[in-house]
Amino acid sequence: MSSSDAFISIQNVNKFFGSFQAINNVSMDIKQGEFFSLLGASGCGKTTLLRMLAGFESTSSGEIYIDGQPTADVPPHHRPVNMVFQSYAIFPHLNVADNIAYGLRKQRLSKAKRAEMVDEMLELIKLPGYGQRKANELSGGQRQRIALARALILRPKVLLLDEPLGALDKQLREQMQLELRALQRQVGITFVFVTHDQEEALTLSDRIAVMSGGQVLQVDTPSRLYETPRTREVASFIGNMNFFRGTVRRNGSAMGAVEAEGLGHIPVPLENLTKPDGATVQIALRPEKFLLTEHKPDAEFAIQGKVANAAYLGERSHYYVSVDGKEEPIAVSAQNLDRVNGAAAAPMGAPMWLSWSPDAVVVLDAD
Amino acid sequence: MSDHGTYIKRPNRPLQIYAVIFLIVLYVPVLFIPLFSFNESIYVRFPLEGFTFRWYRELWTREPVWNALFNSIKVGACVAVISTILGVIAARAITRYRMPGKSALVTFIMMPLVIPGIIFGVALLVLLSRMGIPLTLYTVGLGHLIVCLPFAVATLLPRFEGFDPSMEEASADLGENGWWTFWRVTFPMVFPGVVASLLLTFTISFDEFIMAFFLTGTDPTLPMYIWGQLRFPQEFPSVLALSSLILFVSFILVFFAQWVGRMGLDEQNQEAL
Repeated sequence: MSSSDAFISIQNVNKFFGSFQAINNVSMDIKQGEFFSLLGASGCGKTTLLRMLAGFESTSSGEIYIDGQPTADVPPHHRPVNMVFQSYAIFPHLNVADNIAYGLRKQRLSKAKRAEMVDEMLELIKLPGYGQRKANELSGGQRQRIALARALILRPKVLLLDEPLGALDKQLREQMQLELRALQRQVGITFVFVTHDQEEALTLSDRIAVMSGGQVLQVDTPSRLYETPRTREVASFIGNMNFFRGTVRRNGSAMGAVEAEGLGHIPVPLENLTKPDGATVQIALRPEKFLLTEHKPDAEFAIQGKVANAAYLGERSHYYVSVDGKEEPIAVSAQNLDRVNGAAAAPMGAPMWLSWSPDAVVVLDAD
Repeated sequence: MSDHGTYIKRPNRPLQIYAVIFLIVLYVPVLFIPLFSFNESIYVRFPLEGFTFRWYRELWTREPVWNALFNSIKVGACVAVISTILGVIAARAITRYRMPGKSALVTFIMMPLVIPGIIFGVALLVLLSRMGIPLTLYTVGLGHLIVCLPFAVATLLPRFEGFDPSMEEASADLGENGWWTFWRVTFPMVFPGVVASLLLTFTISFDEFIMAFFLTGTDPTLPMYIWGQLRFPQEFPSVLALSSLILFVSFILVFFAQWVGRMGLDEQNQEAL
C-alpha cells in the first residue's frame, strides 16, 4: 500500500462516533513537501481525518504513519505536527509575541533568541512590529497569520490547516490563498489543508483528495480531477458538468463511438472506452468545452439547439441550450469575445450550433 | 424621536418608574438598619434623637465581636477556596466532557439553592451527631460548603462555556500536556470567574445563618453572635452597628465580584459575533 515516498501514510482507517461512521476505510499517501487538500462538503469526514492527524481523535481501526512512525499511541502534544484552527484559537490573554512563542517553552531558549525567532516569524507573515499588540486588537486576516506563525515557529513536519480562510471575506481570502501558497513553497513543509471550497482547493493544492460520506472518492492533481474525474460525484462536485446517458458503439476504426441522449452518435477516443459494445455508460462534458456558434461549424461533429436561458457574467456568459432527446438543457460556458454584440451574441430562443472536440468527452460508468 | 432612537432602546417612562419603586421597596427596610445605628437612643423608634458613633466605638472594644469576626473570616476563607476549587473542577467537567445524564447532574449540583437551609441543617446535624463528630467551626464550614458550591458553579460555568475548546486543543497541539495547558491557557482565561467565585462564596458564608445555627459548637460566627445579642435590649444598637458594617462589606464584595466576573466576557461575545 504505502509507496516509498509517502510521508504521511493513512492505511485502512475507520472512525465511528457511536453508530455513525465518520470515516469509512480511508487509505492514502501524502508526499513530503506537498500541499495536500481534503475537499468535501460539510460532514464528509475531512475535518475528522485532519483531527486524527493532529491526535485529537483516535482511529477506530487502521493506522496512520507520519514520517514512518505509527501515531496511534502518540498524544497531540508529542506529535511532529501543528495545526491552524478554523477559529484560529489565538490566546486572548497573551499578546502577539507570546502567542507566537507559546510552543517554545520546552526549548528553554534565552530571551534574546526567543525574541529573534518571533521577529523572524513576524517578518515571514508580513506583520513586523506587531509583537506587543493585544490579541483583541487584530483583524481576521492578522489572526490567521499569527495562527500560522505560532505553528510554523516549531518547524513541524506537517502543518494541518482546518478551513483557515473560511472566515475571511472574498478579497482577503484570495490574497491569503496566494500568500499561503507562497509561504508553503518558502518553508517547504508538508501542508494538509481542509476545505469545502473547490475553487480554493484547485488554486492551492498539489494534490486533492475528494471526500464524501467518510470515503475518499479520488486523489489526484487539480487538473486531473477536473479533466478526468473518475465518478459522477467527483465530476459534479468540482465545477459544473453536463451528463448524458449513453450506450457504447465501437464501430469506428480509430475512434470509438457512443450513442448518447441528445447528442446522437458521437465519436470518443478509443482509449477512453473500456466498456464493451452495448454497455450503458455516462458521457460527461464540461460547459466550457462546447463551442456555441450561429452557423454550422466546420467541425467533425455538431448538433443544433435553442438557447433556453442565458446569464451574462461579464467575462463570460452561461447559456442553457435545449436539444432534442434530452430533458435538461445543456449548460454551455462561453467567453464573451464579441464586444460589440455582447450578450446579444446568442439571444434567447435563437437556434445555435454546438460543437466540441472528441477529446473533451469523459466516459463514466453508469450509476 | 430622541437622539438614541432605535426602537428597542427608546426610553420607557413607566418602566423607569417601576424600576425605581421596585428598588425602594426592596432596600428601604434594609436602610433603616444603618439609619438607627447612628441614633443615640437605644430604642428603635422615630423621632431620631441625635447622631452618634457611640455604638460603633463600643463594638470596637468588645472581645467577643472580634472573636466572632475572626471565626467568620476563617470559615469564609476556607469555604471560598474549597468551593471555588470544586466549582472549577465541576464546571470544567460539565463543559468539556460528553457524559450521560449531564443535565441531571447539573440540576443536582444546583439543588441546594432551592432546598430550605433548615432541612440541610437538620439533616447534617443528625448525621454528624450519629457519627459522633463534635460541632466546631469545621462542621459550620461543611454546611457552608453545601450552600456555596452552587454559587461557585453558577459563577464559573459561563466562563467555561464562553471559551472556545479549541484554545485548549491549540495548547496541546503546540506541545503542552494537560497540566501545563490548564495553567497557561485554561486558568488565565477563567481567572476573573475564579476571583468572582471566591468573593461571592466568601460573602455568602460570611452572612450565612441557618446552617451555622444548627452546626455551631462553642465558637460562634458573626451572624450567630448577633443572634445571641438580640436577647439583650441594651445591646440592640450595637447589633445594628455591626449589621450595618456587614451589609456594607457584603455589598462591596458582591459588586466587585459581579464586575470582575463579567470582565472580558463582553469582548468574547463580540468576537463570537
